Amino acid sequence: MPVKVYIPTPLRAFTESRAFVDAAGADVAGVLRDLEQRFPGLGARVFDADRNVLKELDIFVNGQEIGALGGVETSLDDGDELSLIPILAGGAVMTSEQVDRYSRHMIMDQVGPMGQRKITSASVLAIGAGGLGSPLLAYLAAAGVGTIGIVDFDAVDLSNLQRQIIHDTDDIGRPKVDSAADRIAQINPNVAVVKHREPLTSENAMAIIPKYDIIVNGADNFATRYLVNDASFFADKPLVDGSIFLFEGQVTTFIPNKGCYRCLYPSPPPPGMVPSCAEAGVLGVLPGTVGTIQATEVLKLILDVGEPLQNRLLLYDALAMEFRTVKIRRDPKCPLCGDDPTVFELIDYEAFCGSPFHEGAVAASV
Amino acid sequence: MPIEVRVPSVLQSVTQGQQVLHYESPTVRDLLADIDRDYPGFRDQLVEDGELRRFVNIFLNDEDIRFLGQLDTPIEDGDAIAILPALAGG
Repeated sequence: MPVKVYIPTPLRAFTESRAFVDAAGADVAGVLRDLEQRFPGLGARVFDADRNVLKELDIFVNGQEIGALGGVETSLDDGDELSLIPILAGGAVMTSEQVDRYSRHMIMDQVGPMGQRKITSASVLAIGAGGLGSPLLAYLAAAGVGTIGIVDFDAVDLSNLQRQIIHDTDDIGRPKVDSAADRIAQINPNVAVVKHREPLTSENAMAIIPKYDIIVNGADNFATRYLVNDASFFADKPLVDGSIFLFEGQVTTFIPNKGCYRCLYPSPPPPGMVPSCAEAGVLGVLPGTVGTIQATEVLKLILDVGEPLQNRLLLYDALAMEFRTVKIRRDPKCPLCGDDPTVFELIDYEAFCGSPFHEGAVAASV
Repeated sequence: MPIEVRVPSVLQSVTQGQQVLHYESPTVRDLLADIDRDYPGFRDQLVEDGELRRFVNIFLNDEDIRFLGQLDTPIEDGDAIAILPALAGG
């Protein structure tokens, strides 16, 4: 029986980009076998190893899901229309807008419909909507990360715009969480944004961080960096850490119990010893590179592909234009994650660092 | 072939803008003393009471000297030393 088959965007790589193909078969199973034989590679996107139709693929005959008909044994007549529709989180049918939007992900073996579903189901918390947070938020939104939390108490300042590309000139004076949320909605309205317009503190950190799958550090001060490290460890969350200064960046991914920020830097510098970006400056594009690497790490963690920057510290030197990695490791003497820990709850990080979380609006905006 | 030392941005004001230094010293401790002779104040940025400050890491090739022989880690011609202070900027 000749029937017409709708091929979704991610599968059109196998059908010479055609959205509709003709196929023959007495029932759905027969049509799927016909497609499999005529379009090499398509079978692997339709059947699992046991020859069952993949769970992430819904099949419709004349607009009705075959589960409500006769399953793959649903018989077909001439002129019937069969549609293959990848499903996303929650079992919702993917809209044609989403099919097109994520098509470059879904045709990748390393992502595919299931991978995109993982991204859509994921929740990521960005600490700071500043230099590092800007590219991070934009790319996570574009990728379709389902829930993005943003912690930032600050307002957009003119001096931010040299590098904080999630904000616009028109946003000056607005809370950064509002400005960033608006931009994210423009990039991808499928993303839910949770705005935490407050400084992260020892009092609120354990109410915020445990709600997310992955934490990304784009803080601009040492007190917050140690706080985020400790809270992520206590909440058993992976932490993608990035930091910048002048022309240099550092990125690493801390997996709980495999080493932490305290293993790398046991104590913060005394106040005034290491200047902040507000005091010394930062090349505007530098956080673009580093924050984008952090976004890459987040997506790899969500997809569980490749090698995270675990126990490796990536060093980026923009002047030399060199990337290098050095080995870092869990320190058995670490007071947080070592063999004999002494830190069992969040501490007073301002006292630990000898400096406040925020050195006023200017320093905090870096 | 001397030892190559990468100077982080934050210390380049002490090294008169030099990003890479070349020295021949038997240990990291000697290396820092040799650099300090040419660029006074360099060592104090990194060492306090004879120990490496806890917000600075020195990597010999790609290994942290804290897990080797600390400041007494021997170094050889051709080794690369990277000095990495914690960065706060975001």
